[in-house]
Amino acid sequence: MTTVATQNRPGTESAPGPDALKAIQDKIKSCIQCGTCTASCPNEFAMDLTPRHLWRMVLMGETEDIFASQTFTLCSACYTCSLRCPRGLPLTEAMHDLKQLAAKHKLPRYKASTAFYGHFMDTVRRHGRIRETEFISRYFMTMTPSNPLMPLKYTGMGLKLMRKGKLHIENPFAAPGKQSLEAIFQKVESMEERA
Amino acid sequence: MKYLYYPGCSLQGTAKEYDQSTRAMMAALDIELTEIEDWTCCGASAAESVSELLALALPAINLAIAEAMDTGQDILVPCSACYLNLRKVAETVRVDEAALARINEVLAEKELELKGASRVRHLLDIMATDIDPDAFRQRVQVDLSHLTIAPYYGCQCLRPYAVFDDPEEPRSMEPLIKATGAAVHPWSMGSKCCGASHMNTKMEVALELVHGILKGAQGADAIATVCPMCQMNLEAYQDKIVQHYRDLQPVTILYLPQLIGMAFGLPDDQLGLNLNLEICSDFRNKRTAVPA
Repeated sequence: MTTVATQNRPGTESAPGPDALKAIQDKIKSCIQCGTCTASCPNEFAMDLTPRHLWRMVLMGETEDIFASQTFTLCSACYTCSLRCPRGLPLTEAMHDLKQLAAKHKLPRYKASTAFYGHFMDTVRRHGRIRETEFISRYFMTMTPSNPLMPLKYTGMGLKLMRKGKLHIENPFAAPGKQSLEAIFQKVESMEERA
Repeated sequence: MKYLYYPGCSLQGTAKEYDQSTRAMMAALDIELTEIEDWTCCGASAAESVSELLALALPAINLAIAEAMDTGQDILVPCSACYLNLRKVAETVRVDEAALARINEVLAEKELELKGASRVRHLLDIMATDIDPDAFRQRVQVDLSHLTIAPYYGCQCLRPYAVFDDPEEPRSMEPLIKATGAAVHPWSMGSKCCGASHMNTKMEVALELVHGILKGAQGADAIATVCPMCQMNLEAYQDKIVQHYRDLQPVTILYLPQLIGMAFGLPDDQLGLNLNLEICSDFRNKRTAVPA
């Protein structure tokens, strides 16, 4: 069985050190803590740290608190904060950077998001395009040992899609197809290791 | 008019009817679409959560293939997530030579090279900007003047690149809806987030966001969308939301080209209207009723 894309990368399974935040700090260093991001965020109601608070933590290098928080995984990339930020900071991009760090360090707290995106990318790696049934079966396989009832939340939707002929039966272990992006993924990984 | 066409993965699976209705509407308007050869996944919302370089390289493959087709045509993208991913690469390499060099180092693995000449356009941008509103009006054969439609834009066709509309108070769908004879539902939820992939990883959060949108659309006969993720989030979980919140009625969710195609009198099967997950019986009855 092929491994998850993110699992092919060197990972430490421990929280990123303060150096890991350097690139993100550079992007947001002119933050004036005005809170426009917090006021603009549609997901703020579900966050443990507000976006403004998170950016302060990033600037202070508080990695432990940042990676104890779910705030960055609650960014749905609506880009409202990036649009409204009076300093024009790329805040949505900085949220992506934090997600990438969590994935790279395989932090267990973010298992659902990391597994979801990891299996998605792994399916694309092997077939060039997404195969929805294959990717979702693999995601469920990762999640069910700790959360056996989790797939039930999706049965209603799955049945609807099946009745409409929108779900295709796919072998989750099918060999890579002719549109495989294996070479591209390997090259990206080697360039990132070099960096 | 001619465009290169990037359908993206969703339009081959869960959003087949968006692909079918886009092609049918464009054919009815005498606009020619040429699919990009052997296109691959743009990275969706997954690549950017895993690797910055991968999130640039995956869309770049498709831009490089499009450039090699040497048509000089703009690339039309109906999916907002694909649109943003492709556009982001086009915008990045225009100003960042180092990024272009890194991308091309990756693309060499597939013997491709990106020059950076591609123009990436969202379907709604092309419908609102390139096509004369009269072209829509002249083609209308079915009077939809007894319907009220809520225009839903979502996020990524509007933000961060404010290209063809106001990124917070968009209006570009309104003339298109009015061209069908239908009325525009007045609301302020058109550019609010549907939760995107939270529906898979943080379902309770996404349900809350979708609830707000469906609540705002009460009184409209349907919501028109221009993105497969928005469409799926708004239509597929309505029974859960109606049961949980107990303060709203189900709402019909259509892709914008399906609505336009209905007004053009195109057959339902060409518009994939049998594939939608939420078309309420009220809407079916009202649609075929003769306007008073």
